[in-house]
Amino acid sequence: MISSLHIEDLAVDRGDRRLFAGFGLDLRAGEAVALVGRNGAGKTSLLRAVAGFVRPAAGRVRFAGAAGDLDPDEARSGGVHLLGHHDGLKTTRTAWEELLFQVRWTGGSRAGAEAARERLDLGPLCDLEVRKLSAGQRRRLALARLVASPRALWLLDEPLAPLDAARRAAFGALMAEHLAGGGLILAAVHDPLPIAAREAEIGA
Amino acid sequence: MTGFLVLFRRELALAWGRGGGPLLALAFFACTATLLPLAVGSQPARLAAVATGSAWLALAFFACTATLLPLAVGSQPARLAAVATGSAWLALALASLLSLERLFAQDYEDGALDLLALGPAPLEAVAFAKCLAQWLAAGAPLAFAAPLAAIALGASTALAPLIFVAALAGGLGFSFTGGIGAALSLGGRRGGVLIAVIVLPLFAPPVIFGAGAVEAMAGGLDWRTGLMLLCAYSLAAVALGPFAMAAACRNALS
Repeated sequence: MISSLHIEDLAVDRGDRRLFAGFGLDLRAGEAVALVGRNGAGKTSLLRAVAGFVRPAAGRVRFAGAAGDLDPDEARSGGVHLLGHHDGLKTTRTAWEELLFQVRWTGGSRAGAEAARERLDLGPLCDLEVRKLSAGQRRRLALARLVASPRALWLLDEPLAPLDAARRAAFGALMAEHLAGGGLILAAVHDPLPIAAREAEIGA
Repeated sequence: MTGFLVLFRRELALAWGRGGGPLLALAFFACTATLLPLAVGSQPARLAAVATGSAWLALAFFACTATLLPLAVGSQPARLAAVATGSAWLALALASLLSLERLFAQDYEDGALDLLALGPAPLEAVAFAKCLAQWLAAGAPLAFAAPLAAIALGASTALAPLIFVAALAGGLGFSFTGGIGAALSLGGRRGGVLIAVIVLPLFAPPVIFGAGAVEAMAGGLDWRTGLMLLCAYSLAAVALGPFAMAAACRNALS
């Protein structure tokens, strides 16, 4: 169980270009950080570096548990949810098939998936193929896996962009619950998050 | 008119691909043209097709190539029987290419590869599962079709069990070596053709061993050596392929 995330003096390159350098951030259980910055500043790359996809040019990312530092690979494969620009949903399968797969793959149960389905009001959509869903509906389907399979650290890339005002508020309540349960949230955003969050600017 | 010219210049630039565009097509032609004599002996024939699809498409493609080939070679029964097993193997290799593009590219494009990389199993296991499913969904139906095609072209019915077993074992190798090509082509344009160019040279050993074993049995020689070499190739592909695929996927994700 991840109880804190430490980003130390991180630098990330894309090709020959240095996106940012010397970025540091400490995130503890129960905290949310809104990552802000202009377009192309490296918000997505930072999230992908934390997820272990992008190898940093300098600095490091540490995950700590109650008993000290965790093995990064184990921490990521068991404790991190990444929700990027793409929802990772196969368009030719039904919403329920996809939800169930994503939840089970990330360590959740069928009961958890059913609870998340009710929580995010996905019941009427479950029999539809994903290609028939709107962008907002797809995003809600992708968010359901965060709720259904318990992982401590949520890495969110513009999570609210396709959602309407009511759904944003509803997801804010889910995020607040996650934080109250000892979770951590690092979200790249342009609009403010619907919960109280510290702001960290990248490439200032 | 200027609109047309602007479009034409753009299309030309895209097709030329900074000089690299035609290379792919040439390499693909060279691969098919050299694979064919390996399987058939030295019978001249023409073949080329790459598309994307599922198991049914692969089966349909297999049926088409297996029936097109006799038209290219000539329809005398004696001549057909001589190339029957070879052409069945060639069609098998080409048909195995078809659904490879789907293997990793879809997950890469819709973001599901991120999810797969953060799951409980390492990417090596993900690659293994994908290739195994590919073998069962596309390779096994093709293995059932292979003896039918060979017999339809005039091969002896006594060869059918060996053709089936060899096609099943070869299909395993096709799917795991093919997966390497599919993973390496991630992020590239025209992934399907690129996969064919990467993978067809790797398909040469199983085509030689598989067709060789069947030819040996038809000629009354010892066919076990060919079949064992084919199985050895496939098992090596199963053992090593997932590591190469996982490394290629990590590279594509970064």
